[in-house]
Amino acid sequence: MSKLLLTVNDTPYDLDVPESRTLAQVLRYDLGLTGTKIGCEEAECGACTVLVDGTPVDSCLYPAFKAQGARITTIEGLARNGELHPLQKAFIEHGAVQCGFCTPGLIMTAKALLDRNPNPTEHDIKVALKDTLCRCTGYVSVIRAIQSAARELRGEEPLPWPGVPTVPPLKAVGRPVPPQEVVDKVTGRAKFADDYAFPGMLIGRTLRAAYPHARIKRIDTSKARALPGVCAVLTHQDVPGQNRHGLIYADWPVLCDDKVRYMGDAVAIVAAEDADIAARALELIEVDYEPLPVVTDPEYAHSPDAPLVHEEWETGNLLKHIKVRHGDVEQGFAESDVIIEREYRTPTVEHAFMEPECSIAVPAGYDDEHPKLTIYVGSQIPYEDRRQTAAALGVPEDQIRVRGTLIGGGFGGKEDIAGQIHAAMLAQATGRPVKILYTRQESLLFHPKRHATIIRIKTGAKRDGTLMAVQATLYGDAGAYASLSDKVMTRATTHATGPYVVPHAKIDCYAMYTNNPPSGAFRGFGVTQSAFAVEQNMDLVAEALGMDPVEFRRKNAQRVGATTATGQLLRESVGLLETIDRVERDMRGSDPTFRWGWREGTKAYGWGVACAYKNTGLGGGAPDRATAEVEVFPNSTAEVRISSADMGQGLSVVLAQVTAEELGLPVERVHVLLSDTDLTPDGGPTTASRQTFMSGNAARHAAITMRQALAAAAAERLGVSPEVIRFEDGRLHHNGSAVEIGEVVTWMHEQGQEAKVRYVYDAPKTQPLGTGGDMHFAFSYATQAALVEVDLETGAVKVLKIIAANDVGRAINPRMLEGQVEGGIVMAMGNCLTEEYIVENGVPWSVLFSRYKIPSIKHTPEVVSHFVEEQVSSGPFGAKGVGEITSINTMPAIANAIYHATGVRVYRVPVDQDALLRALKAGATEVHTTWHDVK
Amino acid sequence: MSLWNHYYTPATVEEALALLRTYQGRARVIAGGTDLLLDIKQGHLPRPDALVDITRIPGMGDLRQEDDTVYLGAGVTHAQIVDSPVLAARATCLVESCGVVGGPQVRNVGTIGGNVAHALPAGDGTTSLIALDATADVVLNGVRQWLPLSELFVGPGESRLDQTRDLLIGFRFRLCGSHEGSAFKRIMRPQGVALPILGCAIWVRLDESGQRYEDARICIGPVAKVPARAEAVEQALRGQAVDAEAVELAVSVARQTLHPRTSKYRATAEYRQEMIEVLLRRVLPLATQRARTGEAIPEGVGME
Repeated sequence: MSKLLLTVNDTPYDLDVPESRTLAQVLRYDLGLTGTKIGCEEAECGACTVLVDGTPVDSCLYPAFKAQGARITTIEGLARNGELHPLQKAFIEHGAVQCGFCTPGLIMTAKALLDRNPNPTEHDIKVALKDTLCRCTGYVSVIRAIQSAARELRGEEPLPWPGVPTVPPLKAVGRPVPPQEVVDKVTGRAKFADDYAFPGMLIGRTLRAAYPHARIKRIDTSKARALPGVCAVLTHQDVPGQNRHGLIYADWPVLCDDKVRYMGDAVAIVAAEDADIAARALELIEVDYEPLPVVTDPEYAHSPDAPLVHEEWETGNLLKHIKVRHGDVEQGFAESDVIIEREYRTPTVEHAFMEPECSIAVPAGYDDEHPKLTIYVGSQIPYEDRRQTAAALGVPEDQIRVRGTLIGGGFGGKEDIAGQIHAAMLAQATGRPVKILYTRQESLLFHPKRHATIIRIKTGAKRDGTLMAVQATLYGDAGAYASLSDKVMTRATTHATGPYVVPHAKIDCYAMYTNNPPSGAFRGFGVTQSAFAVEQNMDLVAEALGMDPVEFRRKNAQRVGATTATGQLLRESVGLLETIDRVERDMRGSDPTFRWGWREGTKAYGWGVACAYKNTGLGGGAPDRATAEVEVFPNSTAEVRISSADMGQGLSVVLAQVTAEELGLPVERVHVLLSDTDLTPDGGPTTASRQTFMSGNAARHAAITMRQALAAAAAERLGVSPEVIRFEDGRLHHNGSAVEIGEVVTWMHEQGQEAKVRYVYDAPKTQPLGTGGDMHFAFSYATQAALVEVDLETGAVKVLKIIAANDVGRAINPRMLEGQVEGGIVMAMGNCLTEEYIVENGVPWSVLFSRYKIPSIKHTPEVVSHFVEEQVSSGPFGAKGVGEITSINTMPAIANAIYHATGVRVYRVPVDQDALLRALKAGATEVHTTWHDVK
Repeated sequence: MSLWNHYYTPATVEEALALLRTYQGRARVIAGGTDLLLDIKQGHLPRPDALVDITRIPGMGDLRQEDDTVYLGAGVTHAQIVDSPVLAARATCLVESCGVVGGPQVRNVGTIGGNVAHALPAGDGTTSLIALDATADVVLNGVRQWLPLSELFVGPGESRLDQTRDLLIGFRFRLCGSHEGSAFKRIMRPQGVALPILGCAIWVRLDESGQRYEDARICIGPVAKVPARAEAVEQALRGQAVDAEAVELAVSVARQTLHPRTSKYRATAEYRQEMIEVLLRRVLPLATQRARTGEAIPEGVGME
């Protein structure tokens, strides 16, 4: 311990701390200034940016004693006397805040820029924020927010949010209402799991496998247990209940017993007084392994001589064979004039949510606030966490409380169990609170990713452009455990015809166990992969037919009255044609000189188009339910309670808006409480683009029922008929007079009635795949056009512009929706151009953030967004899914654009400039390799 | 786990050397730490017991012009270099190379000394310092001396300086005078580790008329295992008329004499060979134009 003098946000501190501290650790853990976030500890992501004597630095890798005597400014120091800084206001106004985890870093980096340069250009902003990453927004809104704040700081009018045209808004629905948490997120007050601390809290760590596939012969924890400061060391023998968890199949060991099946497998867990002791304890655990042959290729996994990942699984490494059969493909191809057959490959992709996983468990009875075993976690499915933890602990579910914290991005990557069960076991074993925070590197190693796929697809069409048949074989790398592979690969399969009318289809998909990291849910849920293949084949067929690619799509587009390849009759809300029209109008307008591709000097330019559709909700016959509670209080405010996750997409504000609309309350008087299994009913998983629809419907119907109860109570008291009562502006209006909604609540209380309603919403029934009928209750549709520039000297690809039109039924909150669109596009650009999670014979290479590049602000293209609002009658105010549709067709649109620019088609992503250039030089027209193959 | 236990900020070179001696190999020199701490974190280097931060030693942060030369303390940050008007005008390649390292947060902390000490075959700042023919002020084996920068490197990531014993104090090089100019560009890929596929720094001197190359220094990396000059290309340029043919001559000599290798997840040898040519065609005319006009505005700072 040594003296450290710092002035932080104008407050002098005289600290006595270990010299081994980083500046971020001192700020967060010694001073409790948790607004500064730790995202990678590699100086890659910028979430930890603070100002040291006015200069932005990455505090995660900055020795605290390097700052001896310095003046530090953190996000907490920006607002003065309760007045938000112009940057903070502008980030709210422009929708530049989603999950909020990167927000402090973005704002502090922007502050340093504006301190130096009061009038930055877009280029200046991109230079300044190049290494401050955001996974949610796509940066479009961030750039605008900084420009707006710069204006205000110069004494000019800040820029208003430009808006996107929508159908006329209602009182609350359809308006760009800011989310309730947004002020906390821009001021650093927002609390994510690692921002919580409890007295006596221990640090938990996990020992991971030493091999991708090995039998465990012996585990000896005695030396680790003997280390002073170690409070518990647990192995599979200490799992009190069922030592297998999983969202669909319970195949994933809580702690490995017989075997390890991938490098992220957990073998032992430790709780210790501090992180250093916990890390040393892990090194002292002895594990004897018998290494086994590994299987890493999903096609090889299917062969009879492949080693088995799960010996007990009846179909060997085949987790699931998924089939779509529709019409007679032989006949379809026989009637086709053009047939195109190609193979496409997509890689394993990492979510790279900015907040690494963190769970804290507090043992039952630890203090007054924790009568039950309580788990604090930023989870997409709190009730599933509770169910799986209870099963592992061998206790009834109601003995566990899961309290959802804010979530620093999820995108599907926070659906599976991470440290929840381990933290609970260690808390029970030690009788003290235990925090398990994954480092970025552990997060990269451990959690399920987007499935790598191999897709062979054959598309046939008649000379007039009528699609006749699609036949496809897909291999999906499920990795070591099932996670959601069954469902993800089902979606890849059922969407493999694209959003088109295809009379004959035969699609087979094999989800295969391997010794790679598990694959699971990731925004797009399998459809991202199949769309890459489908939409490139569409362009190839159009070219072979001599047809315009837009016209070809339009001719075959799904519309009301069409039947999907799974036998579903589309009765309403099919906005695909409208999305095609809007995008085409923007792309080529009435320009007679429009060209798909052209060259200027050493650059080639090309446009590419792709369409997509994506189901809303679980579908496939799975019961889909969300339960919401609405309570109104005597002070004329209301609360909506539901366990559904807001990971930045804006669910809380959507729920507030639909509730406010139905209760006639100003939206700011509706508070939303999410994800507390003791206080909020189950909204179901936040997956499958289902929450606006499902939780939105649950909240809406709860609010309607509440309104009816209020009307009944008021009618009785006032002696009027309930029908004459109108709810508006927080009042019940009747015959020219009005009463506050809170007063009616008081009347209900006086009658011994609660002003509280719980509503169980069940989605329209769906049918399992293969049985025909409605597999899903709604689909969202989209078209995108991409404009790319290819440097013919280097092969480098740059996306200049994306035009996107998304049919989402109803834009409940246009500002949050715009953020979903922009963020989805830029995330998909990463999939197409920068990202691949590389595994070498079962051993992940991409275990550092510096080896896994997600798009930075410099990649941000111009984005033009259109909302198409083909309402679905069962949706809340007509809304359907939003979260995934925005990111599905970007990848094939870019690939098609690269083809138009260069004449070279890319069959693999991420696009490799090295291979693309070599193809250009060789006069080749196809690229089948990626940078992964550069060895 | 903590990456180090003790942290020292000595006020003199002697004090720093004494600390290193005391720890007998268990202490390492740190400047910005942006490379060092990552290397320790990744296990490329053993965890040191102590870090000796040299950035508070007077002179380490100095960037000063001394007549026609410039002195850079080893603790000068990339940001200081990028912000220096004299370097922008008269050591343009250095500004261009330091301007593409990391993002602003890293450039604000990472130092030119650290870039050199890291000894990568294509360290951006190092590439330009080699083209500028810099010499380094070092304490090597207890002896303070000036060495040509190029003599510091032994292999990829390996320098003659032992960072548990020796110190890098600063650099000196001649600024561009009349008829002299320099430029730097690099080729990156958007995937994987942010190391250049290829970087190229060129310094040229033209004759009085501005029509002929009198001299050239070219550093292209990674080609060899250490940062190295493309001497055959330099030789070919000397005496050549300044025209498109000279560029093509440079390209053809480079094609014959420079043989880059394939490196895993970065680039194929074929691609690198192409990029050598692309970079020569981009950088040589730019450096030449700066030498002719005497005007230089750094390009690509912050974005490449």
